[in-house]
Amino acid sequence: MITELGHFCLILAFATAALQAVLPLLGAETGRLRWMALGPPLATLQVALIAAAFAALVHAFVTSDFSLKVVYENSHTAKPLIYKVAGTWGNHEGSMLLWVLILALFGACAGWFGAGLPPALRARVLSVQAMIGLSFLAFILFTSNPFLRLASPPFDGRDLNPLLQDVGLALHPPFLYLGYVGLSMAFSFAMAALIEGRVDAAWARWVRPWTLAAWIFLTIGIALGSWWAYYELGWGGFWFWDPVENASLMPWLFAGALLHSAIVVEKREVLKAWTILLAILAFGFSLIGTFLVRSGVITSVHAFANDPERGVFILMILGVFIGGGLTLFALRADRMQARGAFALVSREGALVLNNILLAVAAFVVFIGTIWPLVAEAAFARKLSVGAPFFDAAFTPLMVILAIALPLGAILPWKRGRLTGAARTLAAAALLALAFMALAFAVNSGRSALAPVGVLLGVWLIAGACIDLWLRAGRTQARLARLPRADWGRGLAHSGLGVTFIGIACLTGWSIEDIRTVKVGESFPLGAYQVVLEAVEEGEGPNYLTTMATMRVMKGGAEVAVLHPEKRVYPVAAMPTTEAAIANGFRDDIYLVLGDPQADGSWAVRSYVKAFANWIWTGALMMALGGALSLSDRRLRVGAGARRQPLAQPAE
Amino acid sequence: MRQLVLLVFLAFASPALAVQPGEVLADPALEARARALSEGLRCPVCQGETIDESNAPIARDMRLVLRERLVAGDSDEAAVAYLTDRYGEFILFRPRATGANLVLWLAPPFLLLSALAGAGLYVRRSRAAERSGPLSEAEEARLAEILKD
Repeated sequence: MITELGHFCLILAFATAALQAVLPLLGAETGRLRWMALGPPLATLQVALIAAAFAALVHAFVTSDFSLKVVYENSHTAKPLIYKVAGTWGNHEGSMLLWVLILALFGACAGWFGAGLPPALRARVLSVQAMIGLSFLAFILFTSNPFLRLASPPFDGRDLNPLLQDVGLALHPPFLYLGYVGLSMAFSFAMAALIEGRVDAAWARWVRPWTLAAWIFLTIGIALGSWWAYYELGWGGFWFWDPVENASLMPWLFAGALLHSAIVVEKREVLKAWTILLAILAFGFSLIGTFLVRSGVITSVHAFANDPERGVFILMILGVFIGGGLTLFALRADRMQARGAFALVSREGALVLNNILLAVAAFVVFIGTIWPLVAEAAFARKLSVGAPFFDAAFTPLMVILAIALPLGAILPWKRGRLTGAARTLAAAALLALAFMALAFAVNSGRSALAPVGVLLGVWLIAGACIDLWLRAGRTQARLARLPRADWGRGLAHSGLGVTFIGIACLTGWSIEDIRTVKVGESFPLGAYQVVLEAVEEGEGPNYLTTMATMRVMKGGAEVAVLHPEKRVYPVAAMPTTEAAIANGFRDDIYLVLGDPQADGSWAVRSYVKAFANWIWTGALMMALGGALSLSDRRLRVGAGARRQPLAQPAE
Repeated sequence: MRQLVLLVFLAFASPALAVQPGEVLADPALEARARALSEGLRCPVCQGETIDESNAPIARDMRLVLRERLVAGDSDEAAVAYLTDRYGEFILFRPRATGANLVLWLAPPFLLLSALAGAGLYVRRSRAAERSGPLSEAEEARLAEILKD
């Protein structure tokens, strides 16, 4: 019964979205205030209906209603409650429902907090948002309906993929979706501005918080996914240049570019057309990511849904929105006249360089991701593009970005001098060189990657500190009174530096050891000594486990006692390895238990992962920096409205 | 219980872990070369994993063959070529820079340079437009004349 109600709510939401897509827009075109005013209540109704449908699906998962096909395929009565709830979006149908729920939520937010927006702009934004919602609701109802029943309900379900039964992964999709879908707001605002033919500082003030919020969520979502891969997949990699990872990286890069170029529009009213284009591309690449993931055109470690019908449907949505958006852009872009000019060496110039590097990086990732498809279709070559290509093509762009960032951040608007900026940052450069020398000293014969990464990371962090110090007029008293946006910027930029250091050191300085060990034996691992004390069998709620007890010592003192496991989930018939990790400020000790050998010993893989935590700490700092900036009073949603003339000119 | 656990493990026994202790070569230099090479080779049956990470039997076979070739004295290129002759260029994670793949390899520098050039032109044009903003002396005179009428 509840399931049918949920299904019915979803159909009603579809009808509501159809109304919302048409009425406010028509009202804005014909100047009918009452029609425009329909936008917010319709958006609220839409989100309420989808939330009801989603709640019905969660209910089905929690009560293990195996008469529902998705529940049967992705759940099991013995599964812990948290994974029953998370299992709602651990499958294709449920995750698409989460997608439209978040989409509708963002639309409703524009209705709730958009009272200060010009009514016509708000009406158009809400209509464009509803058009996106409409197409994805149609996608769900016609190709991926989660509410389909089974004629004869089975006794128990087939369980969720054990790799997905994990806290990190329970949170990863919602965050990623908040990011992907949040970019739809930037897209809707861009479309509304193109329809109106006007972009100004107030518009940029409106778009930036939404983009910033989407970017924060994407940052957290990507970091969670990478952290999960690090501890769950059992060899301690954190990024694999897998098509699905690339699908999330591309919108992140575009969103990063967009939130910087929106600053230029806000402060200087230039780069308007470019900013609109970035908004279209950022959401366009979110859709491309959805297409890549959901259509199964590219094989990846995340095989979600290999259904050509679904792929074609998403391809159509993609064509309508990106094609429509770009066409509208081509027709209207020349109206976005820039007001001011600027020198190459200026804050604007530096932000243009930021945009170029991020956008080119995103396109490089895109080309590398789709090249196997192109090569097979056009040249009949079956080939792969993997980490070696991306490392070679992507890294140089990030290195240039890191070198230029601190310099650009302290350049004045309009016209600046590079030598002046360089002199101001001399201290940061010296510090960075000193740390690099230190890194070289302990490097002893390994690749130069770690020292260079340390150089760039310290340069970024020290540059961000000097930037804050300058902003405070070189006085301690004013440092505390700096606007939060400045602190946010400093935190986010130094977060990038921390991530740089983490990635470079993890890649350059990690130690690996593979061997067979008998119970009671010990072996050296870098500066540590590891003892295999015991191996025991055990039982979890829905799995069987073989758990080792391993003691890690350093210089006679105990560092940690770790329990790496091998698990078997009998229902899903799948073995997994659970690495045991001792997290440290500098080193992570990462132990993996392998198979028993014929002579009674155990295969053991152990790693010292240098500076691993820095990668995710840096990502967290970036997200926090974004949040600080978002909480700044100047950026608060609605702040832009005051700049807007109250009365609209009669046309 | 112990027997049950053992039974279940036997039922789902899979060669867990990628490189097995028994595969490691005695010569550390040779082993390092083998590891470096196998990190760039794709397991043909898995989805996007290298043979170094993969648990699939075929990946293990490929790791063993690769090591055999290296022990037999093959150069890195020859050892990899031995595998690509059998499995095709699909197993190369670093696509060869030949033929159509040149487009892939040249795209990043081309994109970066053209974007930089485009941005440079845009900045110069907008500055030129600003400079031509105020009226010239002749234009001022002409304007004054028109306003007089």
